[in-house]
Amino acid sequence: MEKKNTFKTALKRLTTKKNPLTVAMVAVLYAVIAYLVYSGSASRQLSNMLISVSCYIVLAVSLNLVVGLLGELSLGHASFMSVGLFTGCQLALTLHNAIPGMPFWVRLPLAMLFGGIMAAAVGFVVGLPALRLKGDYLAIVTLACGEIIKSIITNLKIFGGALGLSTGPIYSNTKTLLPYAIVLVFLTMLLMMNLKKSRYGRAIMAVRDNRIAAESCGVNVTYFKLVVFMIAAFFAGAAGALYGHNFANIKATTFDYNMSIEILVIVVLGGMGSVRGSIIAAIVLRALPEMLREFSDYRMLVYSIVLIAIMLLNASPRFNELRGRLTVKNIIAVLKKKKTPVEETVEVTAGGEK
Amino acid sequence: MIHFLQTLISGLSLGSIYALIALGYTMVYGIAKMLNFAHGDIIMVGAYAAIVAVFQMKLPGLVAVLAAVLVCTVLGVTVEFLAYKPLRQSPPLTVLITAIGVSYFLQNIALLIFGSEQMASPVIMKLPALVIGGVQIDGITWGTLAVTCIIMLGLTLFINKTKMGKAMRAVSEDKGAAELMGISVNKTITITFAIGSALAAIASIFYGSAYVYIRPTTGAMPGIKAFTAAVFGGIGSIPGAMLGGILLGVIEQFAKAYISTLWSDAIVFGVLVVVLIVKPTGLLGKKISEKV
Repeated sequence: MEKKNTFKTALKRLTTKKNPLTVAMVAVLYAVIAYLVYSGSASRQLSNMLISVSCYIVLAVSLNLVVGLLGELSLGHASFMSVGLFTGCQLALTLHNAIPGMPFWVRLPLAMLFGGIMAAAVGFVVGLPALRLKGDYLAIVTLACGEIIKSIITNLKIFGGALGLSTGPIYSNTKTLLPYAIVLVFLTMLLMMNLKKSRYGRAIMAVRDNRIAAESCGVNVTYFKLVVFMIAAFFAGAAGALYGHNFANIKATTFDYNMSIEILVIVVLGGMGSVRGSIIAAIVLRALPEMLREFSDYRMLVYSIVLIAIMLLNASPRFNELRGRLTVKNIIAVLKKKKTPVEETVEVTAGGEK
Repeated sequence: MIHFLQTLISGLSLGSIYALIALGYTMVYGIAKMLNFAHGDIIMVGAYAAIVAVFQMKLPGLVAVLAAVLVCTVLGVTVEFLAYKPLRQSPPLTVLITAIGVSYFLQNIALLIFGSEQMASPVIMKLPALVIGGVQIDGITWGTLAVTCIIMLGLTLFINKTKMGKAMRAVSEDKGAAELMGISVNKTITITFAIGSALAAIASIFYGSAYVYIRPTTGAMPGIKAFTAAVFGGIGSIPGAMLGGILLGVIEQFAKAYISTLWSDAIVFGVLVVVLIVKPTGLLGKKISEKV
């Protein structure tokens, strides 16, 4: 009986206003992409990006759990991904060699699960200092842990050492990997959405807003902090194992703090705690450098300027006021009233172009 | 024994470079309460400024140092004015992302101007090597140590004895109260950025002399290490940054000399994690009591 109830409430939570829109948005997007990929009309550039963008969505949404919901700054998310990637891909390679006949649809999920679990174990260890530290001190410890993990993976022979792990035998193309990527993205998304609205999510946000108040209401801060770190690490690890299958060789040095920062930028730009924001920001920010490829030398420069401009515009009250006026209703009202002074129309559309 | 002493001295020298950079991080953090991630890239700009001054403009060494200091100071103040000042009231994460944006921007500007090839930086200090009790100390090593000692002494005096230093301490203690006492918070923050960037420029000269090759991403690793050093010593504390920087340099050199070059970074960061778990606000950081 109770089980049924929780299922019902979970369903109810899913059908609250904002979530179906996000789910529908992602579903339509993936449907279009899947159609393009399987009908063969997707450009090479697009299909090369797909797995990486999907992994970044998972990374951003899971980091959002730590940064947005728990309110702790983590600068080591890429290292969880690399733990999942190296352990997961190593398992896949071993399985590939030991049981040659093992079907792909068993091997990859197993690798992803294993990678996720290993990453969650590391997340537990990294989360331990989080119980004593906070703010910038925790940020630097996660960064330090990330660098330590990078060094360890680079120096371990089992993961190929400094040359990197050659994942050639288990390499798969986008067409094979896309369904798994879609499932992973949906799983992460649904879990985050449900968690946010659940008892657990409320407890986590209570810890964020006022730890002492939450503690005095009986919320076990230690437990929730560790659980959040582990869940986030699990998904990062699973995404890592998937990511590794799309490359023929992987080096641990790729997953340094720069990559962690890149994921953090996605989370902050998308909006803290917002699943939809993270997804949109991941797509835009990953696609932006690709789209700017023709300006090759200038693309990172443009990227950095866009980044600074967005942060400055978001903080400026005048821009926010302008954006507040820019609702669909207002635009329709302006369009209907063609007699209104031209100036106002110009101002509104100019704001829209920003 | 000689090997031990030599490692210790090279560690102290490297540590004093870290300390100079860490001072910039810690002063900005103490006063503006922000992590200036672009600080590491100021070092890179300083190193390039020295290269241009010496090799292209044929300036003498000391003038080149002054030029690098000037370029970095102006850059630091400009970045503060354009990017950080409008965000005074914003949440810390917004400022952090902006700083990351500035860091990317500086790296890519340098990439466009100087290309991705590494460039040799000039040797500005040509000092004779010293031999004390069988331990040979390179000119650059003891030069770095001597200059940083003087700078740190000067900075400590400046913070503790001058009116501006008092204002800086007041702002870092309580911004609102300082403003009520007639201290211009904005001016103080600008001066903090100027000092921090000037210190980074000096660090860049030493870094260039010690490591020779400079590329657009050069600033990242010493930046991160110095940031670690600042947290290690207790971020916001000036003596903490000095101590943290020097300890970090010494640990790194000993790890390289006695354990393994491959593991030295992991050891440095490992020590940091252990220290922070034992003492959560760093070595000399103030203990913050929680108000309920």
